[in-house]
Amino acid sequence: MKTFKIGGVHPRENKITAGQPITVAPLPQQAVILLSQHIGAPAQCIVEKGDSVKVGTLLAKANGFVSANIHSPVSGTIAKIDTVADGSGYQKPAIYINVEGDEWNESIDRSEELIKECNLDAQAIIDKIDQMGIVGIGGATFPTKVKLMPPPNMKPEVLIINAVECEPYLTNDHALMMAKADQIIVGIEILMKAVRVERTFIGIEANKPDAIELFKQKTQNRKDIEVVSLQCRYPQGGEKQLIDAVIGRQVASGALPVSTGAIVQNVATAHAVYEAVQKNKPLIERVVTVTGKSLARPGNYLARMGMPISQLIEVAGGMPQDTGKIVLGGPMMGRATANIDTPTGKGTSGILVIPESEAHRHEPSPCIRCAKCVSACPMGLEPYLLSKAVAIGNLEIAEERNIYDCIECGCCSYSCPAHRPLLDYIRQGKGKVMAIMRSRAAEKK
Amino acid sequence: MNIITISIISLATIGAIAALILYVIAQRFKVDEDPRIDEVEKALPGANCGGCGKAGCRSFAESCVKASSLEGMLCPVGGNKVMQQIATILGKEAHEAESRVAVVRCNGSCQHRPQTNTYEGAHNCAITHNLYAGNTGCAYGCLGCGDCVSVCSLGAISIDPETHLPVVNIDICGGCGACSRVCPRNIIEIRKKGPKGRGVYVACMNKEKGGVARKACEVACIGCSKCAKECKFEAITIANNLSYIDSDKCKMCRKCVDACPTGAILAVNFPPRKVVEPATPSTETTPSDNK
Repeated sequence: MKTFKIGGVHPRENKITAGQPITVAPLPQQAVILLSQHIGAPAQCIVEKGDSVKVGTLLAKANGFVSANIHSPVSGTIAKIDTVADGSGYQKPAIYINVEGDEWNESIDRSEELIKECNLDAQAIIDKIDQMGIVGIGGATFPTKVKLMPPPNMKPEVLIINAVECEPYLTNDHALMMAKADQIIVGIEILMKAVRVERTFIGIEANKPDAIELFKQKTQNRKDIEVVSLQCRYPQGGEKQLIDAVIGRQVASGALPVSTGAIVQNVATAHAVYEAVQKNKPLIERVVTVTGKSLARPGNYLARMGMPISQLIEVAGGMPQDTGKIVLGGPMMGRATANIDTPTGKGTSGILVIPESEAHRHEPSPCIRCAKCVSACPMGLEPYLLSKAVAIGNLEIAEERNIYDCIECGCCSYSCPAHRPLLDYIRQGKGKVMAIMRSRAAEKK
Repeated sequence: MNIITISIISLATIGAIAALILYVIAQRFKVDEDPRIDEVEKALPGANCGGCGKAGCRSFAESCVKASSLEGMLCPVGGNKVMQQIATILGKEAHEAESRVAVVRCNGSCQHRPQTNTYEGAHNCAITHNLYAGNTGCAYGCLGCGDCVSVCSLGAISIDPETHLPVVNIDICGGCGACSRVCPRNIIEIRKKGPKGRGVYVACMNKEKGGVARKACEVACIGCSKCAKECKFEAITIANNLSYIDSDKCKMCRKCVDACPTGAILAVNFPPRKVVEPATPSTETTPSDNK
């Protein structure tokens, strides 16, 4: 079975919610819409206090090229435009909407009917995706339209659909694939048209045999879409790792992934693209895996954006007594949050409620140079060295040893037998080194 | 016997020739350096903190020797005493400069600012700050991991084990500003050192609205501007829901300390006040809890 070539780990999968269908979560009483639910500039608010909005009304406009529109996920009245503490605890600008009923914009087609035909040309599709505020909802929330418009000197040859879901616990993509296979395939066709490629690979990890079977069956008569079954290994869902696993090409250090001729899109993004282009539906809801060993009703919930995570946990059976930590996203790349009132956003793929007994980090002990982190690093870096270099403030060494290539997957910290917080230091150093590199580049200009 | 004699003679000859070559080269390529640079460097504290704005003590000594006047040159660690010595060495006139000291503008001890979560990541303020708002409700307050302690070359800062806040030893601190630069939350400010180390300052950096700030910390500045109204010297300004006392304008009358409803303004190193006589009816509260 195919997989990427270097590094990687295989944490216990713990996919408690695998095989569970999508359940629609109830509407919140008040939705809080963060203005930065994507990578890039926060969107610019265009509504005012007291305005009444419907589901799908544009709330905030993209502010620059790398930014995304934000639409109202609920109908009601704008209560205030203020700030809210996001997952990190820092106050971020947000729009508060008091929910009244559930009235949708007339332009949105809410029928279940599958629309296969798409008569738009490539540019019109990209414009539509831009307008509907679609971002990569695998987790990175990079605006999709930017990815669909590669630099003119790079010609995409294949589309790779990321249906890997290599993070332990998360099953939201799996549930979506089982429920909306036809829609996803139409979404893939639209994406292929938008980037003008003739061939698509759908990469699925082998721990989802039912999804592999379903998609193989749906695409058995076609030559343009191929399902690739992949060996279970983290971080296979990383863009660079997936390209390596599926078509065997490596992204050079510092280069864009599209330089290999492959454009990668998440499977849930393909579904969102289908809904945006064919049904006029903006990105206002997503499947969120709410999971944890002590939760009463863990599951895959279809939730509108802007719902406080405490309410989603309530839907899943309430906060267990023994809760020690709540993580937004998967256990490997997700971030623990100190604030359970923080609203969900476009990038909230999962809410993981970890019991107290598993919530704590071990006390770090000295590095014994066992180099387990080196074997685990999927980017071929030396995490023990990088973290030490950052800790003592020697950023020259860190830069020399390609710290900027780090994808922050956490394999190093996971594999360290001394429980050293390797990624904490590397992430810090990466930010500093990249800032130095940017200012150097700006000086040259 | 013969071998020993030969070896002694030959080694001595090699040594002599090498010494001669070294001497000739040393004379030939001698760099004339002002001997006063060494003297000045000796007089400096040797902390190499960079507080003077130069790369280190040697570099500062060089520029002192080169400069036509010592005006504007100050070794913040050595202070006026060292500058006086340097002036004597160089035969220049010494310029009195006010000494400065690092001040920690956060009073959010565990007692004032309850902990809301536990942080188990790398013990480093910069990393914690980039990750999240911290283990209390305040996103502006001290994180207590001690980046300032490890950067201080004089050992003037330590973390109080009870309050988990940094404490500056004003007798050692030279106000070089290394801690101020390293603090990711800009809590440490370099302020004018008052007589006997006295100082009045707002020990809070929280820019949230009053209610939010107060909810996170009992002694937060809520930006009510009562202190600004009380101040007769226009030393206090309010911006972003936060009060700031200009140490150059402050006359240390301590009226603002009494006016502050949350106790966010601290007056340090003052002698204890006389007990307010019950005869004065205007004072309702006794300002006793301000050190």
